[in-house]
Amino acid sequence: MTEQQAAQQTKAVLVVGGGIGGLTVAVETAEAGWPVVVVEKNAFVGGRVAANHLYFPKMCPPTCGLEINFQRLRKNPAIKILTLAEVTKVSGGAKDAVATVTVKPRYVNEKCTACGKCIEVCPVSRPDAFNAGLGTTKAVYLAHAMAHPQRLVIDGSVCLGKSCGKCATVCPYGAIDLDMKERTLEIPVGAMAVATGWLPYDAKRIDTLGFGTSKNVITNAMMERLAAPSGVTGGKIQRPSDGAAPKRVIFVQCAGSRDRLHLPYCSAVCCLASLKQAGYVRAQHPDAEITMCYIDVRAPGKLEDFSVKAQAEHNITMLKGKVAKVTENAATGEVTVEVEDILGGGIRRLTADLVVLATGMPPATTGLPGVAYDTNGFATGPSGAVPVFAVGCAKKPLDVAGTVQDATGVALKAIQAMARS
Amino acid sequence: MEKKIGVYICSGCGIGESLNVEKLAAVAQRKGGQVVKTHPCFCGEEGNALLANDVASEGVNTVVIAACSARAMTDAFRIDVPILERVNLREHVAWSHEPNDEHTQQLAEDYLIMGIVRVQKTSPPEPNIQDISKVVLVVGGGLTGISAALDAAEAGSEVILIEKSPRLGGWLAGAWKDLPSTAPYRDLETPQVAEKARLVQANAKIRVITGASIEKIAGAPGLFDATVKTEAGEETIRVGAIVLATGSRPYDATKLAHLGFGSSPDVITAADLEAMAVKGEIHRPSDRKKAKSVLFIQCAGSRDEAHLPYCSATCCATSLKQAMYIRERNPEAEVTIVYRDMRTPGQGEFFYQRAQEDPGIFLTKGVVTGVTAAGGKIQVAAKDTLLGPDVKFEADLVVLATGMVPTTVDEPILNLAYRQGPALPTLKYGFPDSHFICFPYETQRTGIYAAGTVRAPMDSAAVVQDAAGAALKAIQCLHLTAQGKAVHPRVGDDSFPDFFLNRCTQCKRCTEECPFGTLDEDEKGTPKPNPTRCRRCGVCMGACPERIISFKNYSIDMIASMIKAVDVSDDEDVPTFLGLICENDAYPALDMAGLARIKYSPHIRFIPLRCLGGTNLVWMAEAMSKGLEGVLLIGCKHGENYQCHFVKGSELCSIRLSKVQETLNRLQLESGRIRMVQLAINEFDQLPGIVDQFIEDVKEFGPNPFRGM
Repeated sequence: MTEQQAAQQTKAVLVVGGGIGGLTVAVETAEAGWPVVVVEKNAFVGGRVAANHLYFPKMCPPTCGLEINFQRLRKNPAIKILTLAEVTKVSGGAKDAVATVTVKPRYVNEKCTACGKCIEVCPVSRPDAFNAGLGTTKAVYLAHAMAHPQRLVIDGSVCLGKSCGKCATVCPYGAIDLDMKERTLEIPVGAMAVATGWLPYDAKRIDTLGFGTSKNVITNAMMERLAAPSGVTGGKIQRPSDGAAPKRVIFVQCAGSRDRLHLPYCSAVCCLASLKQAGYVRAQHPDAEITMCYIDVRAPGKLEDFSVKAQAEHNITMLKGKVAKVTENAATGEVTVEVEDILGGGIRRLTADLVVLATGMPPATTGLPGVAYDTNGFATGPSGAVPVFAVGCAKKPLDVAGTVQDATGVALKAIQAMARS
Repeated sequence: MEKKIGVYICSGCGIGESLNVEKLAAVAQRKGGQVVKTHPCFCGEEGNALLANDVASEGVNTVVIAACSARAMTDAFRIDVPILERVNLREHVAWSHEPNDEHTQQLAEDYLIMGIVRVQKTSPPEPNIQDISKVVLVVGGGLTGISAALDAAEAGSEVILIEKSPRLGGWLAGAWKDLPSTAPYRDLETPQVAEKARLVQANAKIRVITGASIEKIAGAPGLFDATVKTEAGEETIRVGAIVLATGSRPYDATKLAHLGFGSSPDVITAADLEAMAVKGEIHRPSDRKKAKSVLFIQCAGSRDEAHLPYCSATCCATSLKQAMYIRERNPEAEVTIVYRDMRTPGQGEFFYQRAQEDPGIFLTKGVVTGVTAAGGKIQVAAKDTLLGPDVKFEADLVVLATGMVPTTVDEPILNLAYRQGPALPTLKYGFPDSHFICFPYETQRTGIYAAGTVRAPMDSAAVVQDAAGAALKAIQCLHLTAQGKAVHPRVGDDSFPDFFLNRCTQCKRCTEECPFGTLDEDEKGTPKPNPTRCRRCGVCMGACPERIISFKNYSIDMIASMIKAVDVSDDEDVPTFLGLICENDAYPALDMAGLARIKYSPHIRFIPLRCLGGTNLVWMAEAMSKGLEGVLLIGCKHGENYQCHFVKGSELCSIRLSKVQETLNRLQLESGRIRMVQLAINEFDQLPGIVDQFIEDVKEFGPNPFRGM
């Protein structure tokens, strides 16, 4: 049976996006007895959560829940995962919808055992997107140790191709296929779940906050990779300019969020994420002085407990005020933060070794066929006759628990649509 | 089933370069492998065909694949045989130990033999399939319950909806306006609950019972018998799964005298204001005059250790909503909101912006320090405001934004006839929520799912979505239960523990320790299994001192036999250790250590367990009397932020071990020979240190005196 025949056998719930939201829709739907096809743009599922060091409020690793979800995926033949894939067209009506999916070449076939021999001989390096650009990988790579599927991928945009071909020569399993071509599949669909997630807001666009010009100004996404044992520093939090241990760290909240020039909405997780990251810093550098500049601390529900505990730590100062400007002294690497002290009054100038911008989480994708969006790019539902349900951060800024809750509800809505179609 | 055991040893991915695979094959043959083959790539076409051919033509029905991790190549090794076991020679041996070293070879041999013993001690499980009810019982007829009932019915389920009061709708039926749920997130909405209640009444799949309470629920998923009491009498109804949707009530404002409640009729709660808005004009209760100035006090009793320490998540937006409709009705009215943090996350910001655009709504951060009534007005003192450190406000009407208290605080509601108690277990503050970030619907009672504000404070949009999620879990539970399969986290597992009750001493450890309240008891205290409640973790098996609980494919004898199979060297300088590890966290962490080519001592043999809570103390005795130097147990983090997917498995294990250590001391064996450590899945980099340190520490005690006996 060809891949196309397999895809066409039964009508499926099409899940666009293989992050925690999409994976949850997939496993919850399939475990209730319905077939699912997951279309993931990247070479691996797991999405952004896989790059996080720990979750708030439990300070537990995302890979723990991912491992359970991957086990559920591996066990369930009703779930088909297409990586490096994108939905390019949706046609038909509620009862005869068909999604056209384009699958980019991986250049590595399913014979790959992830033994890594090819990585040793590959001569090309590329920026490591998984590590927020903090390091590099070879052109042939495995995004991280828990990557699923556990199969390497070749970045076709930098690979030298057959003129090099060292990977193909060294692979004992015939897993390298540099002739692999893009292919297109037509998938009958009963419902579509849009779980395309979010993209960190580009901090370079906030020109007052010094990102991109000041080495010691990083984003919260980069902090996750600095703190993770699997990251480029082996989990050491250090100043990018010289690798020194930071003694003063400032978190700049609402970096681009709640700001009509950038993201007019609140990104819902950044307050708690920064309090969590303050915990990362404290765990490694107990004497570091931490300051968090915020407008409101948004810790709904029981997350209040986490917020109270984090703010009660001995070395954290909470300063209500929006940061106006961040500048770096190129000679010392010291960063100055200008902030309006709303309660104390006046402008304060604080210095730090490391500044972390809590950048927001705008939706990653707009313009998917069949999907309607609001003016801020959040998915709202179907644009045509095919049933479409928005999931998680594609719909609104949410934390992981909120995303999974939302995704479970979408699984039910998808099942209802399948039953009707 | 007569077993024919095939052992397939892969030499690919560096295994053959590190180990003498032919020698391993000879060991496999000696130890019970009836067909033993080696190949450089069993996951490839040729190797796979070799395997498939043995199954199809040679009658091999029990397969041991000694190759990569059980977590790798699952598609390639999805072979249709009753018994399949993976021995991890790649990540746990070749990739993490010195190549071509006698100790590495011995490690591989031990793992191979342990794998063969494991299949020898395994029988294929027989699923427990019963004739079950697929009816979903929804308890609570507010927005959550109504939504869950409609959602389940529209997915094809029969539903019974129980409501305590005479009519559906809950507190939202008496609300004037609701928060915005769609773009542009600025406009007040009419509550949708009345319309949904009509849909419920019209739905042929939903039976509504109002004025009803639950007297008792006995049974198990698929087989629950719910006794429902109404004025007409009692009725017992067979249902399959349950959604608890009884919501919350406002915090008792009589406890908020410090915020002026009780000092004047003009200090009211948010719920009072909502009721007033439905009836007509917003006025001062004291003199029924139109309220010209209204002040809202946020976090009235919330975020307060003396009252509700948590945040109720919706009060900020609710006060903004009420301020807006006060201003709509009376454009002359002035509204002030004193908040601690304005919590309107996500697109709630647009709603907040709309309030900020209204010059008649004054919003300030501040902490209210006193509320007094004088001269027909209410004076409110606040500190740390945007206007200054100490400010006094005056208003005609003061509204306390009180928080939510889950109804589970007041009564057990479901009245479960369970040995472990009548209520759905709750966590902090009485919420029967899940402790798992990744699995928000997990409860400690299989087949019972909480939704809406009984689970966590949330707004209407979230409630509707939450109801759908809980309905899905209920339907999914019944889909799996009908096939005799487990629900999360061992989804699809169709094994079930057998109890050899003739030898039961009624010690009740199993019935007490099951994290899911699976086991009930008869009058004498003998466990009564409820197979469809079981999550297959094996905690009961670990708890039982008589060793009478076992699964067909997971048993005390099996693990004990695997321990017995470990080779203990005659050479005193070559120690051997046992490691018992959680298969969900420590096992993958060992894989990742292998992937990173991190090396650790080759003298420890790891046995993965479903949950460390399944650890039976007899295994310690087995290991010690066998002459192993020590036992290292690696489990999930426990305590407040527990990560154990079986709730308290690793914690129960540590409690059991504290007892065995006393026993060891009495035997004059050092208690330090048994150590339990907590390890999260991402802490693989710490594994070598943990293992090597343990071995180093046990060395201090000298060799195990039982060695060679």
